[in-house]
Order: sequence, then structure tokens, then C-alpha cells
Amino acid sequence: MSFLQVQNIHHTYFTKASATTALSNISLTVEKGEFVSLLGPSGCGKTTMLSIISSLLEPTEGTVLLEGQPVSSSKNKIGYMLQQDYLFPWKTIEENILLGLKLSKQLNQKTKTHALDLLKQMGLNNGVEKQLPKQLSGGMRQRVALVRTLATEPKLLMLDEPFSALDYQTKLKLEDLLSDTIKAFGKTAILVTHDIGEAIAMSDRIFLLTSRPGTIYKTFEIPDSLRRLSPFDARNHEAYPAVFQMIWKELESFEQQNE
Amino acid sequence: MNNKMNKVELLHKNYIHSLKVNKRWVRLYQLIILLLIFFSWEISSRMKWIDPLIFSSPSKVWNLLVAKIQDGSLAANLGVTLTETVAGFLIATVLGVIIAAVLWWSPLLSKILDPYLVIFNAMPKVALGPVIIVAMGPGYTSIIANGVIICVIITAIVVYTSFKEVDPNYIKVLQAFGATRYQCFKEAILPASFPTIISTLKVNVGLSWVGVIVGEFLVSTKGLGYMIIYGFQVFNFTLVFLSLLVIAVLATIMYQLVDLLEKKLIKE
Ligand SMILES: Nc1ncnc2c1ncn2[C@@H]1O[C@H](COP(=O)(O)OP(=O)(O)O)[C@@H](O)[C@H]1O
Ligand SMILES: [Mg+2]
Repeated sequence: MSFLQVQNIHHTYFTKASATTALSNISLTVEKGEFVSLLGPSGCGKTTMLSIISSLLEPTEGTVLLEGQPVSSSKNKIGYMLQQDYLFPWKTIEENILLGLKLSKQLNQKTKTHALDLLKQMGLNNGVEKQLPKQLSGGMRQRVALVRTLATEPKLLMLDEPFSALDYQTKLKLEDLLSDTIKAFGKTAILVTHDIGEAIAMSDRIFLLTSRPGTIYKTFEIPDSLRRLSPFDARNHEAYPAVFQMIWKELESFEQQNE
Repeated sequence: MNNKMNKVELLHKNYIHSLKVNKRWVRLYQLIILLLIFFSWEISSRMKWIDPLIFSSPSKVWNLLVAKIQDGSLAANLGVTLTETVAGFLIATVLGVIIAAVLWWSPLLSKILDPYLVIFNAMPKVALGPVIIVAMGPGYTSIIANGVIICVIITAIVVYTSFKEVDPNYIKVLQAFGATRYQCFKEAILPASFPTIISTLKVNVGLSWVGVIVGEFLVSTKGLGYMIIYGFQVFNFTLVFLSLLVIAVLATIMYQLVDLLEKKLIKE
């Protein structure tokens, strides 16, 4: 049995003016320790998908099982990281990273030390924990947000375009850091992105989504030669351009079908 | 290089100096205007260009002030009004925030109550004064209630709007950690709305003065509002002007204090 099973998800948003079907007939499985990406254009339902998996949103149809249990009963097993850091500006860095532990009443000396250690591992020391988010750069803040997500030790990590608000250089560095961290902790992760390169560099498997309504158009297995490498090295590997071309062509062909 | 640095520093110093000079001029003109007002008031009263019986004069007001301070009656009246006003605007702000929280908690209730809030907000609240006094009896409570009622609904509406405008992604972060609705309120909604709450405090200072003075007009036997009404009844306009000036000074000080509080809290 797979770690995560997403079965026949349909989702329609109802508003006064319209009914928007954001997702249609989505089924996928993710194995333990795997890193998968949902790749697709903006508005194709990626965020909706993550919200459903983390049970923040009830799908119109379908079920999501984590280790065989419905996700609604697996509180705190899933960590969710948003596009922007969404650190609380009035809380210090320390208060921010301990928030999840505090809310789930797991805050004690041991978990606190663990969270502060994580912060150091992300290269944030020298009293950063006593500072406020606005005193930090965008890249540092996103690292803090990652620590906040990891502090509750979720089994499944969901990353909603976590690098899209950063400059290119910071983004490349954070990709490597994130990839290292996830491998070190043996976490399972789902990354949402509209950047083909990022999806290739980071994942083991890519689900290509089409829009309106969002469906899974194709699944790509990333070759072993790329998987073994860090995201930065993968981008520079000789096998990388071919995979890029393949996905690019699929996107093109899909667009042509639609015209 | 070094030379260039020095030049920049020098220019910066000049700039700061010019700002200071400018500020001093502004203060000077402000002082001149104030003196001019009092001076022309005094002169025109003495020369009988204006009726001294109605418009009094700064010197008479000053003498009365000294007398009232000496016999302690000013302090007594001032204390009463000040207490009522502070109580009024604090109660109104707390109550307003509580109402806003209840509205946020229950979207259904907020929809049901919406037209009533609109009506109550649009209504000139001082008109309710007599009703409050009949209901609560003539005394401090009804005067404070008069101060409260004038600002509580607008506080509730403004704070509730700010609750609703908190970025839903903050709530998403909390819910992803399994937060309850109460935790969402405590960790995100309320702290994110603190700046709004403080700024309603500022508005409420002014409004509760209105409520309290009107309340004192209607019932009281003490306070600055009473001094005005009494002065009016016995045709002692020096007393009326004295009360007005004291109110102006007090209201300004209170406003500045809240402003200071705002600057302190927002900075953090
Ligand atoms: N709360 C909502 N109400 C109505 N429509 C929504 C809502 N959230 C998203 N949608 C619509 O659903 C579609 C998918 O949105 P989303 O999942 O945010 O896409 P993505 O994350 O891939 O950009 C979009 O067309 C969007 O307009
Ligand atoms: Mg999105």
C-alpha cells in the first residue's frame, strides 16, 4: 500500500456568479521517501490540490488516504509551506518557528531545542531567533518558514511554489538546501511549481497538470542519473536538457490540442 | 574618496540643520497666532468692541481659573469629567472589540445583525441621551453610558472589518498546524488588528468627550459639562470659557497620550 493515496478527486468551487471546476478525476500515489512535483500553469488547481491533501479543503468528490487513514484524521502529519513565508510579523523568529508545536501542545524543552537546532542547520544563527521577520532577507525568511514547517516533524511535506517570490540565485541555493534537508530526514514531499527546471532538478517524479479543469496529463519518471544529484548539479548534468525538452514538447502539444 | 565622504556628510548636516530651523519658524508662528488671539480677545473686550458680558476676556478667565484652583472646585469637577471620559472610551473600545469578535466568530449572526448595525451607526447617538438617563437613572453610570454608546458601534464595525481583512493565508498556516478557530483568533486575527484597534482608541477619545459632556449637560451636578451649563444659566460666561479651555487642553493631552501609545506599540 502506498504512503499517500489520492483517489478520484473532483473539486468544484461554487460562488454566486459561477461554478468553477478546479480539479477533475485526479488519482495519484506517492511512496514513502519520494519527492514528487505537480507541474502546471497558473490556475490549473495546484494549490487546490495541496489544500485537499492537507485536509484544509473538503473535495467535492474523492478520498485522500495517508498511510491508509483519511487525511482529516491525520492532524500534524502534514506540513504545509506557502508561496510566501507568511511569518507572523509581530512574533520573533523563535516564536514563529515554535508556533506549530505550541498550537499542537507539543512544546517542551526537547522539541524546542530541536527546532532551534534546525534553525542553525539552515545557516541561521548569531541571535537570529530573537529578531523580527522584517529584519531578515527574503531568502532567510523562507528558510525560517521551512524550519517552522519541519519543527512539528511532519511525515509529508507540501511545498506550494516556495521559491517563486525569491531572486534566482537565492532560489537555486534554497533548492539545494531543501533537497538536502528532505533527504537527511527521509521525508516525503510534494512540490508545486510552474517552473519546469525546478521540477526536474528536485523531483523523483513529475505530474504534469492541464488546466480548466485540472487533470493529470502525463507522469514523468526522472532518470536515476539526475535524481542522485543535488538540484544545482542536476541542472548542469548532460541528461537534463533532454528531459526538459520532453516535458516542454508535452506542454506544447497539449496547448495545441486546446486551440 | 575621503573628501567626497566629508562633503556628503557636510551636506547631510546642513540638511538636518535647515529642517531644525524650519521647525523653529513654524513653532514661532504658531505661538504668535496664539498670542494674537488672546491679545485681540482681551483688547476688544476692554474696548467694548465685543460684549464683555458674553465674550468675557482672557484676564477674567485667568482670574477665575486661579480662584477655582485655589478653592479646589476645578480639580473636583475636572476629576469627575476626566474619569467619566476615560471610563467611557476604554469601555467602548473593549466592548466594541468584543462585539467585533462575536461577529467574526459567527458569520451568520453578523449577516443577521448587519442592518441593525447600520441603523444604529447612522443614528445620532447623543439623541439617545434622555432615554439612557431615564433608563439608568441620573448619575455617573448614565453619563459614562452616554460616552460609551457614541463610540461603541463604530468601533465594532471598524474592528470587525479589520478582522475580516486579515490575509487568509495566515489562517491557512495556522490551520495546517491544526489550529482551532479560537487559536486562529488569538494568534492571527487579533494581533494583526492591533494597529486598527489603537487607531479607534484615538477616534474614541474625541467621541467620548462629546458623549460625556452632553451627558453632563443633561443631568449632572458636577463636572466640566455641568460648569458650562451652570455658567450659561447664571449668565457667567467667564465660567463657560474657562470650562471650554480646560476641555480643549485635556482632550488634546489625552489624544497625544494615545498617539504616543500608538507610536510605541506600532514600532514593535
Ligand atoms: N476560493 C475559491 N473560490 C472560487 N474559485 C477558486 C477559489 N480558489 C481557487 N479558485 C479557482 O480555481 C482554479 C484553481 O486555482 P488554484 O488551485 O489556486 O490554482 P494554482 O495554484 O494552480 O494557480 C482557478 O481557476 C481559481 O480561479
Ligand atoms: Mg497556487
